[in-house]
Amino acid sequence: MPDFGAADTELDAFRAEARDWLKTHFPTSLKGKGGLMAQEGVAPSGGDYEVWRKAMGEKGWGTPTWPKAYGGGGLSPHQARVLQQEMNAIGAWNPIGGMGVMMFGPTLLEYGNEAQKSRHIPPIVRAELRWCQGFSEPGAGSDLASLQTKCEDKGDHWLVNGQKIWTSGAQWADWCFCLVRTDTSKKHEGISFLLIDMKTPGVETRPIRLISGNSPFCETFFTDVKVPKENLVGPLGGGWTIAKRLLQHERSGLSGAGGGRGAGGAALPKLAKSYLGEDGEGRISDSDLRARVASNEMEWRAFQLTALRSMAEAKSNQGPTAATSIMKNAGTRLMQERAELTLEIMGSQGLGWEGEGFSSEELGAVRSWLGGKATTIYGGSQEVQSNIISKRILGLPDPLSQS
Amino acid sequence: MAVLTEEQSMLRDAARTWTQEKSPVSAFRKMRDSGAPLGYDPAVFAEMAEMGWTGVIIPEAYGGSDFGYLSLGLILEETGRTLTASPMLATALAAASALILGGSEAQKSEWLPKIAAGEVVGTLAVDEGPHHRPEKVATKATKSGGGYTISGAKTFVLEGMAAGLMIVSARTSGAETDAKGISLFLVPADAKGVSRKALKLADSRGVANVSFDRVEVGAEALLGAEGEGHALLEKVLDRARAGLSAEMLGSAVQAFETTLDYLKTRVQFGQVIGSFQALQHRAAKMFTDLELARSCVEAALTAIDNDSPDVPELVALAKTKVGDTLHLVSNEMVQMHGGIGMTDAHDAGLYLKRARATEATFGGQSYHRDRYARMQGF
Ligand SMILES: Cc1cc2nc3c(=O)[nH]c(=O)nc-3n(C[C@H](O)[C@H](O)[C@H](O)COP(=O)(O)OP(=O)(O)OC[C@H]3O[C@@H](n4cnc5c(N)ncnc54)[C@H](O)[C@@H]3O)c2cc1C
Repeated sequence: MPDFGAADTELDAFRAEARDWLKTHFPTSLKGKGGLMAQEGVAPSGGDYEVWRKAMGEKGWGTPTWPKAYGGGGLSPHQARVLQQEMNAIGAWNPIGGMGVMMFGPTLLEYGNEAQKSRHIPPIVRAELRWCQGFSEPGAGSDLASLQTKCEDKGDHWLVNGQKIWTSGAQWADWCFCLVRTDTSKKHEGISFLLIDMKTPGVETRPIRLISGNSPFCETFFTDVKVPKENLVGPLGGGWTIAKRLLQHERSGLSGAGGGRGAGGAALPKLAKSYLGEDGEGRISDSDLRARVASNEMEWRAFQLTALRSMAEAKSNQGPTAATSIMKNAGTRLMQERAELTLEIMGSQGLGWEGEGFSSEELGAVRSWLGGKATTIYGGSQEVQSNIISKRILGLPDPLSQS
Repeated sequence: MAVLTEEQSMLRDAARTWTQEKSPVSAFRKMRDSGAPLGYDPAVFAEMAEMGWTGVIIPEAYGGSDFGYLSLGLILEETGRTLTASPMLATALAAASALILGGSEAQKSEWLPKIAAGEVVGTLAVDEGPHHRPEKVATKATKSGGGYTISGAKTFVLEGMAAGLMIVSARTSGAETDAKGISLFLVPADAKGVSRKALKLADSRGVANVSFDRVEVGAEALLGAEGEGHALLEKVLDRARAGLSAEMLGSAVQAFETTLDYLKTRVQFGQVIGSFQALQHRAAKMFTDLELARSCVEAALTAIDNDSPDVPELVALAKTKVGDTLHLVSNEMVQMHGGIGMTDAHDAGLYLKRARATEATFGGQSYHRDRYARMQGF
């Protein structure tokens, strides 16, 4: 990756420091084992994983650019890039993740008050508490602003009643950042941003099974849940602005996930050769599939080049913009296509569900193919992203402007 | 819809009523969740046989009704709609076709009445790897005594656990990829040396890997002429592919209709989501593809009934067109349902999983596009 001419002595000194620190603290047994992390959002507990998480958490380098005052790394974007390079070089990976890091933390740093930041940011930095996102409701998906979960002002506390759905990780989460309705007379301006402790009486979660067989998300019910007054983030009725910002962080994170080359999976051309064979000149023997693999590889290259270009262009640390919408659709489509190609390459072996007769890679391929279908639905569906591109970037009229 | 005879219309209506009432998707789900060892409910299959569905292409002399492939296709389309799990494809379509096309009088009289009655499940055991490559046969049949000894392994045999009769391709001469030298054998599944392992696939249907360890069969087990099995097998496979295409068409039509209903009922932004043109045009595209696919499927089945020379290319066309269509529709079904489409409780996932399994069976789109091009000489 280019250094954009910032390779001054200060940066060199930091590089040496980072290399040194990583050498001392990264357990070599975990080399290249970040795949699990990418899948689960949290590294497995115990052993070297624990050691590594503690070390990174205390150093603040899992959230490298977050302020030191709240336990973050306090690094400049340049330094963070150097840190990433040094980590890549030795097969190290970031053990601090999840929705707290990806979406909630950056949003709270921007909109939270001092007390909220001091209380909630450090446990995220150290991966001690898990957060879930209580936005969607049965009747409010793409049209998120139509959400109904009621939040009443009871003087010394808020009283919350309603139902959320598709709440990822709610069954394991300690806290929920939630959108609630504090005013029924206005659509967007009647929404507020509230933090709810999942252990509060009246909070109930029911896991929902996905087509991929696992149950990573829930229906979440709030029945007369009392929430302390200080858990309101931003002004009353100001939740929509905060939510929009948070969704930008979510989307940029997701397009990044789209860039992950399929956790641990072999590259497509290699996979195709091993399942289908090759001709005398090293070409994948199925020419039709070969053309489609080539096309996906090239799209992948184009995607990567775009990621690099936008990084270079965003040199200054302004955070994600509406342009990230392009990356989400491009990245998720690319990965879904890869998953389809992987199944096709594996043939009937790629359709194994469980039990004998299949390698773990084959069993994994079918599950991630299915699970991956969600990436064009959550975080703003593919269609909603396209609407955003049409409206905000292309300046086309919005047929929904009345709502 | 092809112009149907009165009998065919009645058959289709009966099939539709029965599948909707006796075998809706919820029945498939129940079967799946019960972990039924065969991947279908034998009692349900017995009802299908009772109605004569297992004998639709079988001549009357052998206990069938000789209604032909288009008629069988009408039934398979309806079972495809509700994802009805049964060995129809393996036995009433594929195995029956093999016996009708290649069987001696004795072979037909022995097996066809049992298949027509649903007493025996027959199946093809031809593939030897993860991909459909019927010309690639390493399984060997060597002459011994008055008969043959068969050794080798077959993969992804449909209804492999339920089957009582397997039609096995084995090499009596030639190298592994030669078309010449392949012979077909009728092997009872309980023959000594046959062992099978059930496979659990994403679509929860009955499939097995089967191995043949020095299985001895008599000379009367040979189906068709020795060493000439490839041409016969291709004819059989084309009939199986055409019938499977009808089933896939049914699944695609139902996946589409369920999605269309959702577009008309799900409200976001104060209106049904079907009012968004981004979705309307995609629905229109799916409808267009479904109509094109139907023409191809019906043409292939009709060509088989007419014993017309263009069966192979029409079958390649049908399997590819309906495969592409089902691929698209099953993906759109999930996408257009949003979060609910990702849940196991919804039907979308069931159609999606079945779609990929049927796409791969008897050759996927890429296999048949290549085949089509070769038949057309380019
Ligand atoms: C695996 C998974 C995890 C999730 N995790 C969370 C979570 O942690 N927290 C949370 O709050 N939510 C979560 N969600 C919910 C997700 O954000 C919603 O599913 C998403 O917003 C879509 O809403 P919906 O499911 O109600 O679909 P709908 O909004 O009903 O959409 C149905 C279809 O209509 C299309 N559509 C809707 N509006 C338009 C339009 N104007 N123009 C064109 N097409 C349109 C959609 O794109 C979609 O194809 C998760 C979802 C999934 C699948």
